[in-house]
Amino acid sequence: MSMGKSLAHDSAPLHVTGQARYADDVPLPAGALHLAFGLSTCAHGVIARTDLTAVRAAPGVVAVYSAEDWPEMPDCSPSVHDEPLLAVGRVHYVGQPVFLVVAESHLAARKAARLGQITYDPLPPILTVTDALAANSRFEQGPVIWQKGDATGAISRAAHVLEGSFEVGGQEHFYLEGQIALALPGDDGGVSIISSTQHPTEIQHKVAHALHLPMSAVRVETRRMGGGFGGKESQGNALAIACALAARATGKPCKMRYDRDDDMMITGKRHDLRINYRVGHDAEGRILGIEFTHLLRCGWSQDLSLPVADRAMLHADNCYHLPDIRIQSHRLRTNTQSATAYRGFGGPQGIVGMERVIDHVAHAVGREALDVRILNFYRSNGEGGPGTAKRFGEPHSPGNSQPQTTPFHMEVEDFIGHELVAELEKSSNYRGRKADIAAWNSTNAILKRGIALVPVKFGISFTLTWLNQAGALVHVYQDGSVMLNHGGTEMGQGLNQKVAQVVAGVFGLEADAVKITATDTAKVPNTSATAASSGSDLNGMAARAAAETIRARMAGFIADKHGVPVSSVRFEAGQVKVAGEHYGFAQVAAWAYQARISLSSTGYYATPKITWDRMAGRGRPFLYFAYGAAVTEVVIDTLTGENRILRVDILHDTGSSLNPALDIGQVEGAYVQGAGWLTTEELVWNDKGHLTTHAPSTYKIPACSDRPPVFNVALWGKPNREDTVGKSKAVGEPPFNLGISALLALSDAIAACGDRADYVALDAPATAERVLMAVRKQQGHV
Amino acid sequence: MPETGEKAAGLKMAEIAFLLNGTPVRVSGDAPTRTLLDFLREIKGLSGTKEGCNEGDCGACTVMVTDESGAARALNSCILFLPQLQGKAVRTVEGLSGPKGEMHPVQSAMVDHHGSQCGFCTPGFCVSMAVGHLDGRSDHDTVLAGNLCRCTGYAPIIRAAKAAETAAVPDWMATDAVQLKAQAQSDGAGMGALDAFATWYEANPDATLIAGATDVGLWVTKQLRDLPKPTFLGAIAGLNQIERHGDMLRFGAGVTIEALRSAIAPLHPSFAEMLRRFASLQVRNAATIGGNIANGSPIGDAPPALIALGATLHLRKGATRRDMALEDFFLEYRKQDRLPGEFVEAVSLPISAPAMRVYKLSKRFDQDISAVCAGFNVSVSGGVATTARLAFGGMAGVPKRAAATEAALIGKPWNLETLAAAKDALAQDFTPLTDMRASAAYRLVAAQNMLTRYFHDLAGHTVSVLEVTP
Repeated sequence: MSMGKSLAHDSAPLHVTGQARYADDVPLPAGALHLAFGLSTCAHGVIARTDLTAVRAAPGVVAVYSAEDWPEMPDCSPSVHDEPLLAVGRVHYVGQPVFLVVAESHLAARKAARLGQITYDPLPPILTVTDALAANSRFEQGPVIWQKGDATGAISRAAHVLEGSFEVGGQEHFYLEGQIALALPGDDGGVSIISSTQHPTEIQHKVAHALHLPMSAVRVETRRMGGGFGGKESQGNALAIACALAARATGKPCKMRYDRDDDMMITGKRHDLRINYRVGHDAEGRILGIEFTHLLRCGWSQDLSLPVADRAMLHADNCYHLPDIRIQSHRLRTNTQSATAYRGFGGPQGIVGMERVIDHVAHAVGREALDVRILNFYRSNGEGGPGTAKRFGEPHSPGNSQPQTTPFHMEVEDFIGHELVAELEKSSNYRGRKADIAAWNSTNAILKRGIALVPVKFGISFTLTWLNQAGALVHVYQDGSVMLNHGGTEMGQGLNQKVAQVVAGVFGLEADAVKITATDTAKVPNTSATAASSGSDLNGMAARAAAETIRARMAGFIADKHGVPVSSVRFEAGQVKVAGEHYGFAQVAAWAYQARISLSSTGYYATPKITWDRMAGRGRPFLYFAYGAAVTEVVIDTLTGENRILRVDILHDTGSSLNPALDIGQVEGAYVQGAGWLTTEELVWNDKGHLTTHAPSTYKIPACSDRPPVFNVALWGKPNREDTVGKSKAVGEPPFNLGISALLALSDAIAACGDRADYVALDAPATAERVLMAVRKQQGHV
Repeated sequence: MPETGEKAAGLKMAEIAFLLNGTPVRVSGDAPTRTLLDFLREIKGLSGTKEGCNEGDCGACTVMVTDESGAARALNSCILFLPQLQGKAVRTVEGLSGPKGEMHPVQSAMVDHHGSQCGFCTPGFCVSMAVGHLDGRSDHDTVLAGNLCRCTGYAPIIRAAKAAETAAVPDWMATDAVQLKAQAQSDGAGMGALDAFATWYEANPDATLIAGATDVGLWVTKQLRDLPKPTFLGAIAGLNQIERHGDMLRFGAGVTIEALRSAIAPLHPSFAEMLRRFASLQVRNAATIGGNIANGSPIGDAPPALIALGATLHLRKGATRRDMALEDFFLEYRKQDRLPGEFVEAVSLPISAPAMRVYKLSKRFDQDISAVCAGFNVSVSGGVATTARLAFGGMAGVPKRAAATEAALIGKPWNLETLAAAKDALAQDFTPLTDMRASAAYRLVAAQNMLTRYFHDLAGHTVSVLEVTP
């Protein structure tokens, strides 16, 4: 059985030797041309004059296009028709593409793109949440409001009420491989695209639309990405469309690759937001009523902001039962890059808001935050075992075992927070270390330590229900070799290896007997983005279905031949076992071929059980939840605010893992990326709306030495109660949220700098500067 | 006779010759600002070396370069111009594997320990790790500080680096040094002459001097500038010397930051520790002390420390030399006391300064540009501060001494009360700016607090979060 084995990433030997081929490594046909965008330098304005004379005259330039050349401007948006490829009439942010250069080399195109003379009549830019609220600049008519119970009433009846406001920064994806696309014009008017995209079907759809072609005339291929993280769900559209248009116009292959600075100036990032909250609670810290207001900066176009903001609302509860809750979500339109999908897709923003509230409430009631967390946890139900309801008091554990519901009225049937946190608390020695830290802090004036435990519950499925489908194509050749193709894309997560393990398992083969091929819209159509952590869940099931179809045909054939029931045929260890005979898999494949048995099949999967009414905020948007918890310990310097993670302990739930090594890799990487979001990764726009952190010299993702020097990661290891592939759980996004424990550990360390009268109220990202300013507030300097 | 001078100085190359994965290559010197990365990917079809940022900050383009002495360095090929490779050997990720395709131990360890996910940063990591492995290093965080990974969280990469520590260096990794040595003997390759260069530059003051190209590289790759008379200084042996003169150490302008770090580590450990955080190993391996000074940046990390040490700058124009205190070189933002045709020849610093401490404050510890960088050097005698040299970067338009603060210390008892007064004086010395790295308020408060840190540091207390163990 190949499932559950800790196999290396299928491309690992290619990665380490430099042989793995990315889009930019594909050898170009002779005469290929290179593209670059000329970018807006104005955050909001009317284009008064476009003078591209110098651009056209620059060495190596073949063609230059602007809105004046294309009366019907192609659209790049994945949602509504609001993203012209090139600015038409107005510009909406600094970095917006205004004109397109086609040149003989990448460098020539970049150089020429700097020579455009665009004159703007500036309009007042809307840059901040405050600006946008004042101007009522938003997507949708007003805020989206979901509620359960009567939050206002519950808060007014509560013995204690607190409120707060919390700023949370955005995040640049910083995939190491920048955005890139290559278009090869076909001889029949069609076009082939090679794109670094998480969503080949969307590229196909948008290119077909731009070229007025049927989707069948556009083929998109993605072998691998050098990182995606959500940044290649919609942000690759512009490059592919530009290449396709230029290829049609010139008849030449056209390639476009953003230089890193251009990439960061043009493309969207994680939504930053302000979270306002008002909480009614009792003296123990039990939350009785809560109101959240999410104020998200969505940027200039809608892109995926509505479902991102929805998912933030869907995670506003995290692990806590909130009987009376009201969530208001404002999707604000600003003159900045259009915020887009980023690992967690709004979920982390919702969760960090709730964890902030718990931390605040724990401060207000003077209790250990972990106790307040557990007090507010959803009830375990049905499964018995340690940590079940009996240990916990009313109202969270009433005598019945009816599942409690989320703010969106979904029953939480699978809550394992009690058991998982109890085990992590023990394995990390959380309480013992908390006491040690207090003692250490009492003898250290300059440096202070802090610690926090944060649990995570993350909903799995696309909230747009119809995206929860997948297809796969499996061939068995007459020599017994197996080819696998499915709709998911490989961005480093090891999806192909996991799916190959599933398929190999069906045939009783080793995983390396299954040939992995590039994602290709000509092989599997109508795919969903590889997003929402859904890759293995969806494509693994679809591929399994395809393989099972073929196996059933092979089994039927060989059973007939031996006159035994089909159910007696076994595919194991590379052999087909039937009626006491053991045949090689290849032998049976050859016989089946000669017997005119089809050895090729598609497979299809649609996620069961899910229903969702987005407008009402009601239903079951998720098939299940994935869980995890992390303990982070930090140390801060009270003189400079410098800080460092010292130790992290994680226990994370991936169900019955399809590949523990790959899952642990996802958990480790997600934690560090999540911690980066909330600590060093600061996006700065100046008052003209210009992003000033547009390169790794100024935007600081975690470096090697920022990883926790002690980093204990374990998998929970119990099967998913839902019927997922191999009873596994999705892993891409949920552990990203574990990084929230770093922010709260910093908050804990800062709290040790004063008399604990005032709540720390640390905003994110908690840069050294923010930490120092918070320390000074605790010390009474501010 | 500029041409003669240029040739004698080894500045002009009709042809550039170097070894690439063991094979000699010769390229025309006509495009002197073509980067090695572009050459590898676009001309040689060696696409294993990746472009991640095109500015030397991510390390995806890391290659190994062995020089005539046999020493191997990791360098960022995206900001490395072909003339800088004259007479050297380049090994890319494709050249780490053996002649029969056998993996280098760091490559197989990366596979075994799941060190790659998306794989795009992986070639750069493997090259950095292979150079570290060749040098027997186990300080992996420092060796890999210039390689960014967005997928793994680094843990499996470090596990791989540790696992490979004990593996023998493969035979093929030693061939570059042997081949270069043989070649140098047969070529009789001469080094450029400093005097000839000085004469030539005096007559060609509009030339663009390029040493490590860690800054000038970005003028080309990011600002897309055409450089007038690009002139490569790497071959001028007279700029690469480290000499002791009495109580002073004299560093030629072409000494790399990494060589400087290594030389001063036993003498000025705090300065050396700051230099360990100066950019990344790839950058320190290329960047020179002369470049860091002559560039005149207000946020260059070496000047504050050197000024606090009381370093002397040696300038030269033709045959004329002049010396000055380093702080006097920096006149105002991006303007230095340097005449046309004059260049930084060397810098000298005292070998002893036991109270010297250097603090670098940045958003990220490694591979980041300072928000504030400060050098402190106060002598205390009989409980009284007798001399004080305090210099700051990131606090003004130039690296600058804190004159009022120094005055507030000298002759005063060395205690926290004196430092409180000195903090007030610091606010008179500096009116810092707000930018994307830090606000003006933070810069000032943190700089003031560094005085407190310095006091505790001299008293032997633990003052850095980097010293705390889990």
